[in-house]
Amino acid sequence: MRYTLILGFILFMIGLWAMLTRKNLFKIVIGFSIIDTGVHLIIVTIGYLSGKTAPILDKLVTPANAVQKVVDPIPSALVLTAIVIGLAVTALMLSYVVRLYKRRKSLSIEDYRELKW
Amino acid sequence: MITVFIIILGIIMILAAIIAVMSKNLLTAIISSGVISLLASIIYLILSAPDVAMTEAAIGSGLTTIVFLYALSRIKKINKEIDDD
Amino acid sequence: MIKRLLIIVVIILLIVIFLPFMKNVILKDSLNELSSGYVEKSVSDLKTANIVTAVVVTFRGLDTLGEVTVLFIATAGVGLLLKRKKGEKSKKSDKRPASEILQTGASFLFPLTILFGVYIFLHGHLTPGGGFQGGVIIASAFLLLLLSNINFQFNHTVLHWVESLSGAFYVLLGLLGLILLGSFLNPKFLPLGTLGTLFSAGAVPLIYSFIGLKVGSELSNILDSMRGAEE
Repeated sequence: MRYTLILGFILFMIGLWAMLTRKNLFKIVIGFSIIDTGVHLIIVTIGYLSGKTAPILDKLVTPANAVQKVVDPIPSALVLTAIVIGLAVTALMLSYVVRLYKRRKSLSIEDYRELKW
Repeated sequence: MITVFIIILGIIMILAAIIAVMSKNLLTAIISSGVISLLASIIYLILSAPDVAMTEAAIGSGLTTIVFLYALSRIKKINKEIDDD
Repeated sequence: MIKRLLIIVVIILLIVIFLPFMKNVILKDSLNELSSGYVEKSVSDLKTANIVTAVVVTFRGLDTLGEVTVLFIATAGVGLLLKRKKGEKSKKSDKRPASEILQTGASFLFPLTILFGVYIFLHGHLTPGGGFQGGVIIASAFLLLLLSNINFQFNHTVLHWVESLSGAFYVLLGLLGLILLGSFLNPKFLPLGTLGTLFSAGAVPLIYSFIGLKVGSELSNILDSMRGAEE
């Protein structure tokens, strides 16, 4: 599953590039959510063991052979909560965008130059 | 077989990411970023993480897209109020 | 120009840093010690069929409490940033209401979706899913109402009570584990039952249900704040 690792890496890079070069505030937030997806893909891939099944017990995965048959449950658990937090953080960023727009009537990052060097 | 499937999904995801970043239309960009999350949830299923796949399908492609669209519509509403004044 | 050059340099450097990692990463083919310990413990000690749930609720329970707190703070931030000023009533919406079919369909689907969300978090210890997924499904049921009915208003008193009570009960259950068994968020103070039945795994389904209610009400709150004054 090296391919998903590479995919996550490419998504991370596209998102970072978007955050650094785009002028529109919405595009910056979209770049952030693409980075989020890429990082989650990488973490889940690291927990994957080829040929093994989901960490849930059923008829085939019995308590006796569970350790030999399941993938790593810890990355799944971490990513699970991280996705929910990602939504809340995205909503927080978007509400800042709306507030900024109310103030200055502009979506371009170029118009907010208080901290420009 | 599953490798080919993952590669095709990956190509579509990268294309969607590029569209999301480059598109001039914000609506297109938002929908494309929803598509990325939806396809990512299929990949999680292949990587045998059904819990993550469920969360990503419901949040990434459903709620995040809607939150973006609500923000966009609020921006448009503020624009309209300026025009009215 | 310099800025653009800097950006390109930064991205190339990042690629140079991460490429060896991508190339040389060793994808394991067996669980490491910690994970296999978790798998064994969640089967023998906790009787939880879904091992991810066991990790989220008990082994990494304190982390989950922290994440729920982060979620709460982010929700509070969204509400604070987008709050309406007192007495400010926005103009009457001139949008026409949704069609009869959409409204009937939404009011038919709403209870079913809520039921599905409750099912997901009650069976979090048996099947894929759990509090976070169930909460999200409940929030999307409310989203259906918000989209189909432009005059829909949340009952904020109920929403706030559900959110704060479920958060308080989550911490209380954790403290109960601390008092009765000596470790925080230990779910074994309830009978463990047999593996694979609804009433098993001690307090795990109870804790996950409270997480589900909390996540559902918080995400509904975020959606309501983002929608803004539409009345």
